[in-house]
Amino acid sequence: MNIGKYTTWLCIAAAALLMPLCASAAENHDGKSEEKELAIDDIITEHVFDSYWWHITTYKEHHISIYLPIIVRSESGSWHVFSSKHLAHGETYRGFRIAEKGEDHEGKVVATGESGEAYRPWDISLTKNALALTINSVIMLTIFLIAARWYRRRPKNSTPNKFVCAIEMLVMDVEEEIVHASIGKDYKRYSPYLLTAFFFILINNVMGIIPFFPGGANTTGNIAVTFVLAACTLIAVNVFGNREYWREVFWPDVPVWLKVPIPIIPLIELFGVISKPFALMIRLLANIFAGHTVILAFTLLVFITAKMGAGITAGMTVFSVVLSIVMLCLEFLVAYIQAYVFTLLSAVFIGLSRPEHHAAHKKQ
Amino acid sequence: MSLLTPDFGLLFWMAFNFLIVFGILAKFGFPVITRMVGERRDHISKSLQAAEEATKKLENVRQESLAMLDETRVQQAEIIKKAIADGEQIVRNAQQKATEETEKQLEAARRSIEMQKERALSEINAQVALLSLDIAEKILRRQLDDREQQESFALQMVEETESIRRKRSHKR
Repeated sequence: MNIGKYTTWLCIAAAALLMPLCASAAENHDGKSEEKELAIDDIITEHVFDSYWWHITTYKEHHISIYLPIIVRSESGSWHVFSSKHLAHGETYRGFRIAEKGEDHEGKVVATGESGEAYRPWDISLTKNALALTINSVIMLTIFLIAARWYRRRPKNSTPNKFVCAIEMLVMDVEEEIVHASIGKDYKRYSPYLLTAFFFILINNVMGIIPFFPGGANTTGNIAVTFVLAACTLIAVNVFGNREYWREVFWPDVPVWLKVPIPIIPLIELFGVISKPFALMIRLLANIFAGHTVILAFTLLVFITAKMGAGITAGMTVFSVVLSIVMLCLEFLVAYIQAYVFTLLSAVFIGLSRPEHHAAHKKQ
Repeated sequence: MSLLTPDFGLLFWMAFNFLIVFGILAKFGFPVITRMVGERRDHISKSLQAAEEATKKLENVRQESLAMLDETRVQQAEIIKKAIADGEQIVRNAQQKATEETEKQLEAARRSIEMQKERALSEINAQVALLSLDIAEKILRRQLDDREQQESFALQMVEETESIRRKRSHKR
């Protein structure tokens, strides 16, 4: 009850604060030409996709951004390292530029080759997402190394402090409820990978929801990130799978005609080997990407309706703030759930890759 | 930027970051935490077991001490009973002894009284004899002027004395 009351007041206060802003935005629109119209999909694209600089805010028409290093290898084989500031606003630097809308490789660094056509050079620039991943990795390392150092420094059996207790609770919950429960007796071998995956995804998800630097980068909503995570699970499942697992893939217990002239079932099984991690990759990507997009859309609702008059704007502002708050809460839940689901499914796939021998199964 | 085509640069950075984090935490992070928690769990279960054993032992000790207490109480009662009996015995003995002693003393006293009485009697006898001799002498000096009377009297006296002596010896 109390919380509900507070939320209502919070929304009203937020609406009251935002109204003059909207009004001034509307005035601006009236004063200037139509070309200043908000490009909603550009804003969403900028926030949700990767970028060569980290746009923090715009203050009095000035973009305040962190320009990140661009690392590219041109066709001639030489490496170039320079600040992305040189490429801002469509400029060309050392033959490199960022492809514009409608071009091939839109938004990526391209160079003009000898034939005159634009090509994509080898590009390992430290982009926004790469920097966010690095920051989140440092945060993760700090958290767990502090906790581990506490254990190493303290005599055995001493009582942990609150921070260590919380970390311990999370770690043991994942290890017992997910890893141990899904894999069974050999779980110790896999638990470092699954714990790393869980907390890596969780920290990146949560940091992605925080709307200002160093959060806000959509790392786990990027295919490259989920691809690497899914690839690690693929390796963990297939490289450490036992002989029984591979027998079940290539010579499953089905009528012989289903596998001898044309190996139908083995093909399906083999497809499953690939599709399981593929599903992991797409699930995480889609959930986080969608969450970011929806939150941005609800937030931008305020500015879309800004020119429709004060009444509608005020109403839509309250509506949008309420929805944004609800979505943010939901996204925190999703951040945990997606980390949980990824880890749980990885653990289940690993558990399936270590079946007991069939004879033993039949006896039971 | 396409949603579904992974960018090579980000793939590289992601793999780089993730593998470093995994390498460090797999070696220095998670195993330390899980191992310590496992050790603590073992320690707790061991401690609980030890506590249970200690409780059991304590219970045994309590039972033993109770049994000992009961035994002691029985012994105490016995000892007290014996002490009372001993005390009574001692008192009885003492009384008996005292009675015997008293009787002995009474006997001795009686004997010495007898002896002294006899001595006193004999003394009195001697005294009486002397006195009577004196008296008799005085009387005789007056009465016995003639010879005849003297002789008869003397004879009578002798007889009397003889009879007295006989009587006395007879009495003894």
